[in-house]
Amino acid sequence: MTGRRAFPFSAIVGQEEMKLAILIAAIDPGIGGVLVFGDRGTGKSTAIRALAALLPEIPVIEGCPYRCDPADEAALCAECRTRRPLRTAMAPVPVVDLPLGATEDRVLGALDIQRALAEGVKSFEPGLLARAHRGFLYIDEVNLLEDHLVDLLLDVAASGENVVEREGLSIRHPARFVLVGSGNPEEGELRPQLLDRFGLSVEVTTPRDLPSRIEVIRRRDAFERDPSGFTAHWSGAEAELRRRILAARTRLPDIALPDAALERAARLCLALGTDGLRGELTLIRAARALAAFEGEAEVDDAALRRVAPPALRHRLRRNPLDEAVSTTRVERAIAEVFVP
Amino acid sequence: MTPTAEPWVDAARAAALLAIDPAGLGGATLRAPPGPVREAWLALLRGLLPPATPWRRLPLGIADSRLLGGLDLAATLQSGRLVAERGLLAEADGGLLLLAMAERLAPGTAARLVAALDTGEVAAERDGLTLRAPARLALIALDEGIGPDESPPASLLDRLALRLDLAPIPPSATTALAPTAGQIIAARALLPRIAAGPDVLEALCATAAALGIDSLRPPLLALRLARAAAALAGREAVAEEDAALAARLVLGPRATQAPAAPEQEAPPPPPETAEDQPPQPSPEQMGEILLAAAEAAIPAGLLDGLRLAPARTRTPGTSGTRRASPLRGRPIGSRPGELRGGARLALVDTLRAAAPWQRLRGGGSPRLRIAREDIRIRRFQQRSETATLFLVDASGSAALHRLAEAKGAVELLLAECYIRRDRVALLAFRGTGAELLLPPTHSLVRARRSLAALPGGGGTPIASALDQALALADAIQRRGQTPLLVLLTDGRANIARDGRPGRERAMAEALEAARALRAARIAALLVDTSPRPQEAGRSLAAALGGRYIPLPYADAAAISRAVRQG
Repeated sequence: MTGRRAFPFSAIVGQEEMKLAILIAAIDPGIGGVLVFGDRGTGKSTAIRALAALLPEIPVIEGCPYRCDPADEAALCAECRTRRPLRTAMAPVPVVDLPLGATEDRVLGALDIQRALAEGVKSFEPGLLARAHRGFLYIDEVNLLEDHLVDLLLDVAASGENVVEREGLSIRHPARFVLVGSGNPEEGELRPQLLDRFGLSVEVTTPRDLPSRIEVIRRRDAFERDPSGFTAHWSGAEAELRRRILAARTRLPDIALPDAALERAARLCLALGTDGLRGELTLIRAARALAAFEGEAEVDDAALRRVAPPALRHRLRRNPLDEAVSTTRVERAIAEVFVP
Repeated sequence: MTPTAEPWVDAARAAALLAIDPAGLGGATLRAPPGPVREAWLALLRGLLPPATPWRRLPLGIADSRLLGGLDLAATLQSGRLVAERGLLAEADGGLLLLAMAERLAPGTAARLVAALDTGEVAAERDGLTLRAPARLALIALDEGIGPDESPPASLLDRLALRLDLAPIPPSATTALAPTAGQIIAARALLPRIAAGPDVLEALCATAAALGIDSLRPPLLALRLARAAAALAGREAVAEEDAALAARLVLGPRATQAPAAPEQEAPPPPPETAEDQPPQPSPEQMGEILLAAAEAAIPAGLLDGLRLAPARTRTPGTSGTRRASPLRGRPIGSRPGELRGGARLALVDTLRAAAPWQRLRGGGSPRLRIAREDIRIRRFQQRSETATLFLVDASGSAALHRLAEAKGAVELLLAECYIRRDRVALLAFRGTGAELLLPPTHSLVRARRSLAALPGGGGTPIASALDQALALADAIQRRGQTPLLVLLTDGRANIARDGRPGRERAMAEALEAARALRAARIAALLVDTSPRPQEAGRSLAAALGGRYIPLPYADAAAISRAVRQG
């Protein structure tokens, strides 16, 4: 990220579902990415950029360009496997922007043009995917991204590994990242293949009630007038949120998953006719992360209900005879399945 | 009520405010044809800006390397190290960027501009370079659009505080007094200290809500404009007239609805710090004043237009949706790729891509070495072909009324389609079902022949007709073409899907089928052929999400005109 001060995450007014989805992805990066679609001026970009400041630092192997995780022997890059001794350092979680107009060589990584010119040496210069490893790759206006770049991203996001073959160099390095996309549906739809790739999808709308609209403007204005004062004012809330995320991460493996919850999830997906098992898996996983965040011991109905709309709404087959939007359909199915 | 200000006085004031806080206000949209008035406004703005403020022009089809920055190949090769070239956005930092013909701006370019406006910097990952440069600037979108459909991308408009319509101003009126550059400099110095009470903020939010402005950016922009206005007047705090000016300049032109009657409004929350400023009016009072000010600036005719045509993201258009193609169309740059499938080589780009690697590849050899990964292929953008589906009601009720005239209208439309090289298909329905008289074709002659042979009579099975139209439209979409449905009917369905008569069920099923078409995002147009416009046709058009055109007083030529405007 840049040196610009980010708007504090805790100071975002409303947009509970968007914040929830982003927090779940921060607790369990394996959730498979978050897609935020919605109206103009709803703070989509703000929320995702705010994440960078919120996340706690991670241990990395010193000197590794991919910031390998010292605790995960199996996922080390080729260099770290032979690197001795392994020294650990702390580094911030990367939140990497994929700007529009980025070229393929910068996304995947390519030969270092500088060294090729000056020294005539072949060396690999990691790209954005390497920088986003163990962090977040953020694409604003994801629906405007070039098709061939989308294909590349999907490929790497699915395999967790980036393979570059160029000029006789053959490089493979780990690239596990949470894909975060935002966009405005009026500017173009997203291809279904990309849609399904996102674990959670959130629809945001501008708040309708006057008091919260006023509060949004008030905080935004206060932040612009005095960024450091505003950030300091919210630092307590940010620290508390960071602590909860950390605690949730620690507790995540211990969250129990009762058979009843599994059955509910299966019945919900069945009722909605979602394709494949990805919906069910994401639903369970997200509910588990939420339970960990809320300090619960096991996944219960309340957690499932809350995460069902973001986990499932983009996986419904479009039924042309049903004019209801996906959100309404998910809510209807929830009401049917969760009869007390 | 606020007196209606002279348009030029307002425009001049807007220029002054923009000169005070360009990056904060984001910029302005100037709706005006090129001409002396527009030039006068731009000259005025330029004169108000401090000397040496960047003032750049953005050409319409700008390449990414020029907009965002990229590799300066000549300098790089000469010096043997990476030399980056600054883009236009970085060059305009601290100043203004003019967008000519903003109504034709591509969504991709608009998105890059929006990113720069939002973050105040330009980021690029291109040509082996990571570039990041400050880009705090204001955009002046020169909108030369004529119809209401032609306007700059909405994402951009949302971020530009000012919207000025200079078209009605005569050139002779451009002589009003404006602040001097010295006043602007003083106001800029004052700006960071201007206070705005919570009542101002609440009143601006309430006004925006009352005018149906959904986005939260306009009230924020209005607040910044009010601050600039206070600074210009030499005040330390935003006064009511500053807020009223902001409502008029920023909120009024964005109104999407007439303000509701006051009693429907939710009361704003009680001000917490009211005792600080006893002489100020209460937020409610101020809200009313601002609303009145903003109302004065709602463009005439806007609300009529809104009532007639509800906002739609896709309107039946005359051109297909855009898609990228490696073969033909308008060139839109190049990308790495392989020379397969008839893709065309972008020679210069390929040479550019190969140039930096020559030393690495060949040492001192004079031969150029081009590797497979250097190959760049050209990309083009083409509009996908439109296929117009005519769905003609040939039932007894329609035949009685206007089948001949409907046929005439279709013939005229066919001629239009021929000029645009569209495909046409013809479906007719009567009795118990619909019949595909003509699958999508370019042949006008065949279309005309099958139309002439169309007999009339029988029931009106609209639901099954629409089902069949949906299946055909779907097939057309899958072939990469854009379907446009033109339905000619009186809308009085009386045959249900199962072929049994019964008006009530037939209508319900017809509406359901129409909604299915809408859900599939098929652009549609309904021409009501009944002698008098009826509710049936209108509700069917609404369910389709399409335009409704009553035939009664129109002749065939008029329908054709209506479709063309689509």
